[in-house]
Order: sequence, then C-alpha cells, then structure tokens
Amino acid sequence: MGTLPELFARWFAGRGWTPRPHQLALLDAARAGRSALLVAPTGGGKTLAGFLPSLVDLAENPREGLHTLYVSPLKALAVDIARNLTAPVEEMDLPIRIETRTGDTPANRRARQRARPPHILLTTPESLALLLSLPDAAKMFGGLRAVVLDEVHAMAGSKRGDQLALCLARLQALAPGLRRVGLSATVAHPDALRAWCSPTADARDIALIEGAGGAEPRLETILPAGHLPWGGHMGLASAPEIYRRIEAARVTIVFVNTRAQAELMFQALWRINDANLPIALHHGSLTVEQRRKVEAAMAAGKLRGVVATAALDLGIDWGDVDQVIQVGAPKGVSRLLQRVGRANHRMDEPSRAVLVPANRFEVIECRAATEAIAAGELDGEPPRPGGLDVLAQHLLAMACHAPFHPDAMYDEVRRAAPYALLSRRDFDDTLRLAENGGYALSTYERFRKLFRDAQGLMHIAGSTVARQVRMNLGTIVETPLVKVKLRGGPVLGEVEEWFVSTLEPGDAFLFAGQLLRYERLEATQIIVSRGGEGDPRVPTYAGSRMPLTTYLAARVRGILAEPARWDGLPDPVREWLRLQALRSALPDADELLVETFPRGGRWFLVAYCFEGRLAHQSLGMLVTKRMERAGYGPLGYLGTDYVLACWSAFEPTDVATLFDEEMLGEDLEEWMADSSMLRRSFRNIAVVAQIIERNHPGQEKAARSMTMNADLIYDVLRRHEPDHVLLRATRAEAAGGLTDIARIGALLARARGRIRHMRLSRVSPLAVPALVEEGREWVPGGARDALLAEAAALVADATDGAEAFDEALADVTIRAQMDRPRHRVVEARKARRSRYVRNAPRSASPRA
Amino acid sequence: MIAPLHLAGERLGLCPSGVALWPARRTLIVADLHLEKGSAYAARGAPIPPYDTRETIRRLSLALRRHDPARIILLGDSFHDRAGASRLPAEDRAALARLLAARETVWILGNHDPAPPEGLPGAATEALTDGALRFVHIADPAAKPGEISGHYHPKATLPTRAGPVTRAAFLADAKRLVLPAFGAYTGGLDASDPALARLFPRGGRAFLIGAERLFSVPLSAGRRAAPSPAA
Repeated sequence: MGTLPELFARWFAGRGWTPRPHQLALLDAARAGRSALLVAPTGGGKTLAGFLPSLVDLAENPREGLHTLYVSPLKALAVDIARNLTAPVEEMDLPIRIETRTGDTPANRRARQRARPPHILLTTPESLALLLSLPDAAKMFGGLRAVVLDEVHAMAGSKRGDQLALCLARLQALAPGLRRVGLSATVAHPDALRAWCSPTADARDIALIEGAGGAEPRLETILPAGHLPWGGHMGLASAPEIYRRIEAARVTIVFVNTRAQAELMFQALWRINDANLPIALHHGSLTVEQRRKVEAAMAAGKLRGVVATAALDLGIDWGDVDQVIQVGAPKGVSRLLQRVGRANHRMDEPSRAVLVPANRFEVIECRAATEAIAAGELDGEPPRPGGLDVLAQHLLAMACHAPFHPDAMYDEVRRAAPYALLSRRDFDDTLRLAENGGYALSTYERFRKLFRDAQGLMHIAGSTVARQVRMNLGTIVETPLVKVKLRGGPVLGEVEEWFVSTLEPGDAFLFAGQLLRYERLEATQIIVSRGGEGDPRVPTYAGSRMPLTTYLAARVRGILAEPARWDGLPDPVREWLRLQALRSALPDADELLVETFPRGGRWFLVAYCFEGRLAHQSLGMLVTKRMERAGYGPLGYLGTDYVLACWSAFEPTDVATLFDEEMLGEDLEEWMADSSMLRRSFRNIAVVAQIIERNHPGQEKAARSMTMNADLIYDVLRRHEPDHVLLRATRAEAAGGLTDIARIGALLARARGRIRHMRLSRVSPLAVPALVEEGREWVPGGARDALLAEAAALVADATDGAEAFDEALADVTIRAQMDRPRHRVVEARKARRSRYVRNAPRSASPRA
Repeated sequence: MIAPLHLAGERLGLCPSGVALWPARRTLIVADLHLEKGSAYAARGAPIPPYDTRETIRRLSLALRRHDPARIILLGDSFHDRAGASRLPAEDRAALARLLAARETVWILGNHDPAPPEGLPGAATEALTDGALRFVHIADPAAKPGEISGHYHPKATLPTRAGPVTRAAFLADAKRLVLPAFGAYTGGLDASDPALARLFPRGGRAFLIGAERLFSVPLSAGRRAAPSPAA
C-alpha cells in the first residue's frame, strides 16, 4: 500500500487525521491509471478519498485545463463539496481552481468557465449533459484525467443514472485515458454498481474498494405520549416528543417523507417552541435561496434543528449533527442507514437515530427495520436496462455537439452499462424516434430534428432545433408547477398547478412554514398574502407519490403472525392487533387473509399477501381484470409492500375465484395498457424523448395551453402503430414496476384452498394504514359508466325526470345521494361542503 | 343509444359517438375535428403521432355509416389550423373526400380554420340557417332559440358515490345546443368555466358521453365542478 506524498502527509497530521486504508487504496489505483469504486458507509472520508488522487496529481504536475470532473445528484452537494475542498487546497497552497456548474450558475460565470476552465469542476448530471451538447465539448473535456461520481447508489438504476452513464461513455470517447472514481454507500448489489461505473460496462475493468463498516447504528423508537393513530402518516401527534429530543441534543435533522408532512411538522413544532429554538424547514418546493440559507445556517452551526425531506438526504457534511429523527416509516433499510449516517460523522462512534412511527402499523415496520439492520440485511433494486427515451434525448444532445455516425454511436452507447445489451433494432428505432418521431406513416419527413448527410452522418437540423433540444434536457418530468408569490414580497416557492386549481380566493394554506391566503392567479404565479382564516390546507405533490419498496414484507408478516413476538411491542399496538383479531382476523402464516368492506361509496377488497410492492402491483392488474369480468366494476387498486387493496363499484362476493391460479394464462396486455400506471409511464417517456413538449414553470399561459394531453396520444398510437418504439419503451418501463407472472403464480398456488375471506361491515383496524398509502392506480372498465347511470338515475328520481333547468337541481344530486340510507357515508362529505376533490385526489379518477 | 332533445320545436338526437342528428332533415352534425393537429405540433418541434386525422376520420366514417345522413354539417375547427388541409396525407384526403362526396357537405368556418378547405367537396360558410335552426361555430349569447354550435369542447363532471366522473358532454337548454369536440386529439373545457357557464345563465342539461349511451344531468349555472388532478 502506497503512502501519501509528504505535503499531504503533513496536512493530514496537522488535522490530527490518519489516512484510512481505502483512501490509500484509491490513491494506488489512480497511480496505476485504474478506475475504482469505493463502497463505504457515510462519514468514512469518502469524498476526500475520491479527490485525493487528483489533488496529488495536480500538486506534483501542475497544469492548466480541466483535470477532474465531479458529478453529484444534488445541486446543493456540489456547492458543499466546493466549500470543503477549498480548505485543503488553500491550506496546502495548491495551484488548483475549483468551481461549480449547475442550473443555478449565472451566465457570466458559465462563460468564464468555458473560456478558462477550472482544474476541478463540480456539477450535476443535467449540467453535464448540457455541457456535452455544446460545440466546444471536445475542447473542454479533451484533457480530462478523472471523473468522480458521488452517491452512485442513488443514481444508478434511475433515468438520471441512465443519462449520466451515457454522458460518461461520451467523456470516455473524448478523453480515452479517463479514470473513474465511484463513491457509494453500502448496497445490496455491489457488482451491478461496479459494472455501472466501469469504463467498459464490464465489472472487471474497475477495482472494488470496500471501506470498513462503522460502528452499528443505535436506533430507538419513540411513541407519542397520547393517542397513537391507527392510520395516517403525518406523525404530528409525536411533535412534543420530537421537540423534547431537539432540546436535548445539539443539532437535529428531522426527516419526513413528504413536503406536505414537512410543512405540517414544522408548524406543529413551532406551536410548542417555548424555548424559541432556531428550527428551519427544507424541502424541494422552496426557492433555491431559501434552501441555501438553511444549508448555510446549518453549516455555520446556527440551527438547532431542520425539518427536511429527501432533498436533504444525500451526503452533505453536517459537521455537528448529533441526532437524526426519522418520522414515519423509513421506507427501506438502506435509505434509513444513509439517513442515520448523517448523525455524527466520526467513524468509530455509533450513529444515533430516533424512529418515530406515525401509526400503529408503522411501529411494526420500524421494528422490522431495526431487526433487519441488526441482521445486516441490505435492500435495493436490481439494475434494469436503460430507457430508450433517455437514449433518444442523448442522441439529440450529441448531434447538437457534432455530427455523428450511427455505427460509431451505437458502439459508444453500449459502453454505458444500462445499454450494454441494446439491440441494433432498438438503437435504430430510437434514432428514428429522435429524428422525427419514427412513425411508419412518413408524413413528418419535413419536420426532422436530425438529418443524414451523404456520408451517413447525423446532423442536428439547425440552431432553432438545437436550442429546443438543450432547453429540454433532463430526465425528471415535473407536473406543472406554479410559483407562490407574496403580495409585495418575494417568491416563496412552487406548488403544483393541480393544487392551485382547487383553491378559491380567500382559501388558507400552509406553505414555506407560513399560513397564507390565496388571492389570485396570475399568468405563471399565484399571489398570496400572510394570514388566512379557516382550516388551512397543505399542498400535496403528485411528484412525491413515488411509492417506495421497503423489502420488509416478510419480516412484518412474521411479526404479525406470531403473538409471541409481540412482547416488545407497545401496549397500543398490541391492543390494536387484538382488536384486529376480534373484528376480523390476523393474517396467518399459512393462509391468505382477504377482507371486503364498504367504504366511501365503494367496495374495498384488501388481501394481505406480504409479497412486496412489485408482486402486488402485478396481482392488482390481474385481480381487477377478473373483477371486471365478474361484474364487480373495479375502479382502481393500490399495491403496498404488505397488501393489495382494490376498490370497486359493486361488492366482490366470490373472492376465491379472483385468486384462482387456474386462469393465469389470460391476456392482461390490453387491461394493463389502459391502466394509469402505463399511461403515466408513457407520458414521462414521451416528454423525455422530446416528443411532447415539457412544461416550463415560467412559460406564458398561451404556451402552456399548447401542452397535449398525453392520454389522447397514447390511445391513438396504440391503435394505429402498436409496436412503435415509444410503446415498447412504455411496456419495458412498466415491466420494471411489476414482477413476472411466475412469482404471482407461486403466490396464488400457495393460497389455493387457504383463502380466508372476512366479509366486514366496515374497514378493519389492520386495513386503515394501507388505505392512506400512496400509489393508487386506476383501471379501465365499465365501472364508471355504471356509476354515471346510477347517479343520473338518482337525480331523475329526485326530480321526477322533469326537464327543469333550475339552478337548485344541481344540489339535488348531492342531497339525493345523501338521503339514501346506504350512502350515509356521504354525510361526512357534507361537512366538507360537498367538494369531492377539494382535499385530496383520493377518489378522483384522472381520466374517467 | 340516442338521446332525444327538443330545440326550437325541432326533434334532434344526440349520440354517444359525439355527433348530433336532425332526423327531419336527415342531417348529421359534428364539431371541432381539428384534423392535422398532430402535424401542427410536429411542425413546432413536438412530433406527436401523426395518426389523429386517420383516427378521427375512422370514427366519423363509423358514425356516417351508422346514421347514413343525406347532409353533414361540420361546425368549424375541422382543421387544426389554416394550412391543415394542405398537410393531409394523400390516403386520408382520399378517404375524407369519399366520405363527403356521397352527401351534401357544409363546412362552417371556425377560428382555427377560417378558410374553406381546398380540394375537398362541400360548401363553406360562416353560418347556416335552416328553418328554426341556426348552425354556427361559436355560440352567440344573444342569439334567438335554435342555435347549434361547437368551439368550446365542453366536458362535465358528475359526482357519483365513488367519486366524480368527468366526460366530454353535449350542453343544452331551451335556446341552444353546444356539441363536444369530435377530434381524436381534442381536450375539453369544463362546463363550469365562465365562458361556457354564461351561455347557460339559467342552467341547462349536460349529456355526458359513455361507452354505449349518454348520461343526462341538470347543469347548474353556478356550481363549481370538481377538477381532475393530473395522473
């Protein structure tokens, strides 16, 4: 094992640090010109390890030009690393310039960076894609020696990761000797990650260096002093306990799962903040300035606590953070470990974290997570092939840089691991997609974005097209956002357009930690003022509804099935489980418990399969299709890690048939194709592939109304060119969110003859938390027509079928339904002024 | 299943396919085809599938075959823009011509397509009055009873016990009928939107489109419809 050059050794010593084995191992690999992947828990000095070889090289061989590129998934991370790198560079007086380049970098600095590049450039995947699309990319990156990829575990396997992998393949082509350094937290599939980081997509061409594991984290679960809810995931009842913990520690991060939750928790804490502790709020919909302020205050030690969402999740060095509180179920062991790793960066000391389950079910989940961590089990998604939509966007971007030959490009993209197995057919179809949509009907010849010259090189069709391509780079598809501006004050952040459409002037809502009153909608923003009366709402975000897999299903099932294991569980939880046994039944290890009950004007079926979200998503497709055939009128379903919940217009009576293994051979294609899951995939794919225009937040209203409804396009394309590459990509992406039929078959086979159907008159205790989970999918079928017929008939009844056009008649629709005894549930809605969709899209069908 | 509607003393029929019928004059009425919307987007750099024209013509052909009218009135915005007709693929143009040649065709001019389509059969006009009925593209709030128009692409939401359901819809009252948009790529405007609501100041009736039939419900002047969030 090599040693540090003297200058660096002295600097380490001056800090009181000893170089760690993995830091030296990376240095060795670099000296041999080898790429390397470092896998280590947070706080292991990973970042310094990644940069050390570059600093050493530049110290020993000073030169001009871009030497090292650093890519991180977070804009904030890049800014923070710059701050941390600057310290060793200044203290050792190294001739190294370090700069950042992200979406927030102002134009004049961008120009300066192109004219006189820094030695180390810190950037994001999106900014890298943009830089590579510029004509001078070859000049800028031609002398690049190293690229450091941070938090690769968070990027590989996603569309962002696909785009980054393609960009890396391009960098490798521009700078053949390029050395890669991947930095990752500990993961379940290290080999897949190696292949992803490798310059050739082959795991053998990159060294794997494993950092020593830190001390095991110490987890503690706390409950609210009063009532522990059955369902709901906000966790506000625990605010007093959380506050006490914040008081008792130096600096705390309170992690929550959604932005709405962050706003509410922040409010709840401030309401009881008698000691006036400085507690801040941080989430993705706040303005950049606001987020930077919080990050800077954190780093300067001015805050005692931050309520934050995943936007803060990744590797920022928090210095003095000594407590991490995770509110709500952690959604995955690896994710939890990474968050826990934020607390106390000293490797030898154990990180401490507090879990705050928001409902009784989450208590069990937290218990399962704690057990899994103790058992050293890690989770994570296996790799999947790269998206063709990302490839299409990449091809357009590459053409913006310079003309390319398809053959050479095909070879180049296959050196990116997600595209290593790309077929030539898929490549050619994707290229055609990029050119002009690639339709069999050749009427778009004159609307090409790319054209082929006599030598077979692909060119971008002009500067207007190039500009449009660059403006629409990126793999994240936002739902349309609207700025929130204080009257006579600054912009506070953004909310989703959908949420704005449910507001009326005077409505109150919580945002950016304040109570606001909605005044009016201007072209691209809403104007609000401080204050507001009535029950305030909180903006929810469709974008945050990415249901995550916890991989804890088997453990949770085990805990539930064995009352003997309930000993350590809190009293309220045991009581809840006993109530479940009384009102319904407890899921047994050997049988499939299925409950059915009416609720909210619909019929619910909840099956406690414990097979994991992917299997339940597939099962949901199958079961709802069978429900359609049986005439139950299915409307939608929700697959969580633990249960499958379906809802329908009519009561599902014959449950055994729905779960029969025999009929597995039936054709689900059409049914699936019509579901919300595939429609959503299609929309995102069409936007990334630059077929449908992206929604730009600052756009003029007229421009925004140009946005095509992707559903209409999807339906037309399915009918007229069912094998079009966009549809193939959609099916492939959906397959990633589902599991193969064999696994479902095994599930059903096990259940045969052992289904326990509990027919209940209302929701069971165990089902309550499932019903507030996220990830609802809508299914096609005749249910909505049946419901329309019912509703129309009701109105006709109430008005004796008269053709009166009186205003009052409209209210009859609501009242008439309330008069019916079996619809007494609608009473509750009356209290909310009968606004069906006002508070949440729970029962709204997006395209009925 | 066709829903009957009386307007200015005339008996009309509304079809779940989105067309209206006037049996007494063997007329079929349809609105807002927006043909060649796909290619209009492609010209702007968004190459969405070019099959919307084909799909719309297919649906129209089904309706024509089913009802076999002697006359067809297209209530405007038949093409997505002025140059739309010139972008028609040869095959689709021929199919459309065949469909229309067999009947009397009236093109009401729309705001998107203010000029008569070249090379296609039929007569173009701003408005057509036939007996008690008047056919225009955009409704005139001050019109006499008997007006039939399109333009607004109306849709309506009906609350059901399992949640609201939104569909394209015919809107009607004693004075007028507004047709839903027929085109494959056409979106909708909610009936509670002020632009539509002011056409029905005393309320009216909405006929929501279903798979096999229409669902008829009263339309209130002031009721705010429940919007559907993006999927």
